[in-house]
Amino acid sequence: MGFLSVTEQDREEMLATIGVSSVQELFADIPNAVRLDRRLDLEPALSEQELVAHLEELAGRNAGTGRELSFLGAGIYDHYVPAVVDAILSRGELLTAYTPYQPELSQGVLQAIFEYQTAICELTGMDVSNASGYDGATVAADACYVAKHVTGRSRVAIAEAVNPQVRQVVKTYAPGFGLEVVEVSHRGGATDPDEFRAAAEGAACAIFQQPNFFGCLEAGPDLATAARGAGALPVAHVDPVSLGLLEAPGNYGCAIAVGEGQGAGNHQSFGGPHYGFIAARSEYIRRMPGRIVGETLDAAGERGYVLTLQTREQHIRREKATSNITTNQTLLALAGLVHLSWLGPQGLRETGATCLALAEHAKASLAAAGFELVFPEQATFKEFAVRVGRPAAEAIRVARDRGVHPGYALGRDYPGLEDALLVCLTEKRTPADVELLVEALAP
Amino acid sequence: MKLIYEKSQAGRRAASLPLYDLPPADVPEALRRAEPPRLPELAEPELVRHFTELSTRTFGIDTGFYPLGSCTMKHNPRVNERVVQLPGFRDLHPLQEPDGAQGALELMWRLQRILAEVAGLPAVSLQPAAGSQGELTGLMLMRAYFADRGEERDTIVTADTAHGTNPASVTMAGYKLRKVGTDARGNLDLEDLRSKVDGRTAGLMLTNPSTLGLFDEHIVEVASIFHDAGALLYYDGANLNAVCGISRPGDMGFDIVHFNLHKTFSQPHGGGGPGGGPIAVRDRLEPFLPTPAIVREGDRFALDHERPKSIGKVRGFTGPFGVFVRAYAYIRMYGPGLREMSEAAVLNANYMLARLRDAYELPYDRLCMHEFVLSARALRREHGVSALDVAKRLMDYGFHPPTIYFPLVVPEALMIEPTETETKETLDAFVDAMLAIVREAAESPELLKEAPHDRPVRRLDEVLAAKRAVVRYGFDAHPDLAVESPAEPRQLEVQKGA
Amino acid sequence: MAAAESYPEGLRYNAEHDWASIEGDVATMGITWYAQDSLGELVHYEPPDVGATIAKDNSYGEVESVKAVSDLVSPLSGEVLEVNERVVSTPEVVNDDPYGEGWLVKIRLTDTGELAQLLDVDAYKRHLADL
Repeated sequence: MGFLSVTEQDREEMLATIGVSSVQELFADIPNAVRLDRRLDLEPALSEQELVAHLEELAGRNAGTGRELSFLGAGIYDHYVPAVVDAILSRGELLTAYTPYQPELSQGVLQAIFEYQTAICELTGMDVSNASGYDGATVAADACYVAKHVTGRSRVAIAEAVNPQVRQVVKTYAPGFGLEVVEVSHRGGATDPDEFRAAAEGAACAIFQQPNFFGCLEAGPDLATAARGAGALPVAHVDPVSLGLLEAPGNYGCAIAVGEGQGAGNHQSFGGPHYGFIAARSEYIRRMPGRIVGETLDAAGERGYVLTLQTREQHIRREKATSNITTNQTLLALAGLVHLSWLGPQGLRETGATCLALAEHAKASLAAAGFELVFPEQATFKEFAVRVGRPAAEAIRVARDRGVHPGYALGRDYPGLEDALLVCLTEKRTPADVELLVEALAP
Repeated sequence: MKLIYEKSQAGRRAASLPLYDLPPADVPEALRRAEPPRLPELAEPELVRHFTELSTRTFGIDTGFYPLGSCTMKHNPRVNERVVQLPGFRDLHPLQEPDGAQGALELMWRLQRILAEVAGLPAVSLQPAAGSQGELTGLMLMRAYFADRGEERDTIVTADTAHGTNPASVTMAGYKLRKVGTDARGNLDLEDLRSKVDGRTAGLMLTNPSTLGLFDEHIVEVASIFHDAGALLYYDGANLNAVCGISRPGDMGFDIVHFNLHKTFSQPHGGGGPGGGPIAVRDRLEPFLPTPAIVREGDRFALDHERPKSIGKVRGFTGPFGVFVRAYAYIRMYGPGLREMSEAAVLNANYMLARLRDAYELPYDRLCMHEFVLSARALRREHGVSALDVAKRLMDYGFHPPTIYFPLVVPEALMIEPTETETKETLDAFVDAMLAIVREAAESPELLKEAPHDRPVRRLDEVLAAKRAVVRYGFDAHPDLAVESPAEPRQLEVQKGA
Repeated sequence: MAAAESYPEGLRYNAEHDWASIEGDVATMGITWYAQDSLGELVHYEPPDVGATIAKDNSYGEVESVKAVSDLVSPLSGEVLEVNERVVSTPEVVNDDPYGEGWLVKIRLTDTGELAQLLDVDAYKRHLADL
């Protein structure tokens, strides 16, 4: 077994130093009643090459985006991950380092997190970001907890046009937080500000998604104003790849911005690990969950970085912590930083513009082929909902037989949309791919 | 070293992007971005150099010995990194149809069976993203279970040696907390425990062995106390590396167990994450597990969303799949040999303990499991040097320090967990350094107080960081902290990693 | 520069290491030398709102150092008249002068009967000795 170094000789010497004659004696404190008196019932150990063969066989039975032309989005996106991201993440020091509690040994990780925090603040127009949350759904729940502490209120309002998994996770966390959740139905694919305001009365926060789950562009500034009018904190759930084109939520009145970072720098990987981001206005800094890196000076007056405001966190504050989060998603957030640095501001804008142009082209091509858009009046970004003239599940089956996954079946989450698909165009698709999509959806 | 933003130059760029011949499009004017975000502008060579330099300023397991207690900093196998990149895993969308994801679903199902066997509990959910989230999920399960039975229980009992995540999770789950003390042998104080358990107790949260590295000799009785009161037992799996294949939490009497895939099962820590916190539970708690469940129907695998009693979802999709691939690969290379893994971990820890117990104070005079706690209290009293000073001086010897100031019940605590992947020579070198530091404390304490000497930075002013709270680069408005220079660095004495 | 250990005669104390100075029906309150010493240098003070009602034995705010956060447990009940803004902007004043410049709140008492339940300096010093 290539990960253990202990030899027979080592064992003898060590046991002699300890003063016992066998390894079994080291376990003498374990009561007999709770000892396992047999070997674990697991398959025999594999050699490395047998392991690789086994996993290649398992991986070979999955249809990834290499094998099937994919228009699947719905919260996880097939954006291009450049080679530098994988190369940097495989640096052993970054890969195998622990949380940077000893700053003199971790200036690399600490500075990288500081740079990541800066990037998230720049994207979202906020003043403080944490070092990452688990994913785009749990950070929405985190935002609710922050809002409860800030306002003292015990209700949250959330738009129905927010990703269904985000809403489900918020509802799972809410009882423990002592929060009631009310949903605001969508109207024609978007959220009405007056209805949003009414739902936000007495709420700690009101959450909308931009672009929303249908790919439609909400009236973000109006929704933020509506929430504030009711005394609730406006929370925007945003797509980082859209923020080269779309205004930052901090610049149109939002208190907190959250989102799923995967589209910026992570492979899809069947849903994880990825990173959630959460950023807020400076007055909420002491309510922020998770780790935060701050700048300081060392004993020689040189600039350095440390984990700061740790009194918010579980290891000091314990039962009064703002969150129990310890292990977060640092490595994936680092991938996000590398990706955003690779893009730069112009690259981010261009990527967004390409996605938008491809999606507009796809909408036009599908319309020309007789398919009806579900929300034709709404402006959209990189996703849109289209009716396929039969149950979506069937359209997906037929399309996949033709080598194309045409999109997500919206009927799973929204009544009345059983014949609708959510189609996503990222910059990895081409105009020729759009023609293949139209052909794959032909009856 | 400069920040990446300080290396930016307008007009530079690393990305090369495809251009398509399409009509241009823009978002409605009212929603348009007015000013671009100030992301870095570098070409690829500088980008690679920047992050390479950052990595050289970071100490990982690949760099050297990393004996953080309760973190299980074992070697991260390289084959795991290869298999995670297989396109069938890496490029698989989580909403792919089940027939297009059979390999992924089978891997998860197999991992569930393995974890059930290791835990001694039959039903598993892989969904939680980390140990803390596993804890919260377990507490939510308890709530749902007792609500389903119409029983009102509002309190969770934890040990005073518990990780800080335990009380934080208790609060997030809406429970009240009761703490139990530790006796002179390092076990839960049974008398104290009996006085704190009643009909309103929902359960116990405990790690066994404890953060003192000691197996609770009365665990059978502890379990009865709770079960007799109709309560449940939750196992914090942070210290599972001590007992894999030797004693199973389900057999100890625990009803819910979380695993830390980034501790026991080799997922790399990545500077703070990702992790994985799957849970295993007794059959009667299975209906409440998060949705979806991964089920087997003949030779097909599927996701079951029809779970009316489920607590809901704690994380998107089925969990951090890339972490499952690594954990599964790791366990398949050990098989039943996981037992030998734990035996080596416990042997290494006891060897170090034997060599260090006379030079430092040992609060509990017992053989340890996979980790042990010493106190530097005598050094403080006699020479004015603290556990913090010992930790910083260890860096000069080329080691990552152990956990310090945790568990809270031991003053000037040093919590040491070598793991099974270290050689005897490494253990000896670390012990020799710890012994040298005792001598230095007496002869030249300033060596400790001014340590570390050879790192990119000296000791950092944590008070200044907390007061100024500079948590992002401010570009032209970035403050110059050197304008307010402190007399001497004031740093955090209570630090821990777990 | 942190102050030398002291516990002034004329003040009243509680077991949670808060002090009160009484003038008529107005009490000035803060934390004792022991409390600031345990916390270390303060980095933040979260005060109550002026006009708010605070209750004996309940938390009325927080002080924070790098290593800990501490609830401020009120020795007395009353209405908040004034909050020490100097401490809000320069929290370390509490370490330098916990009983003078480092006062935290002034309140108008609602129940002077509560005074009898507080500790005098000797009782507080005995309490410290038992810790």
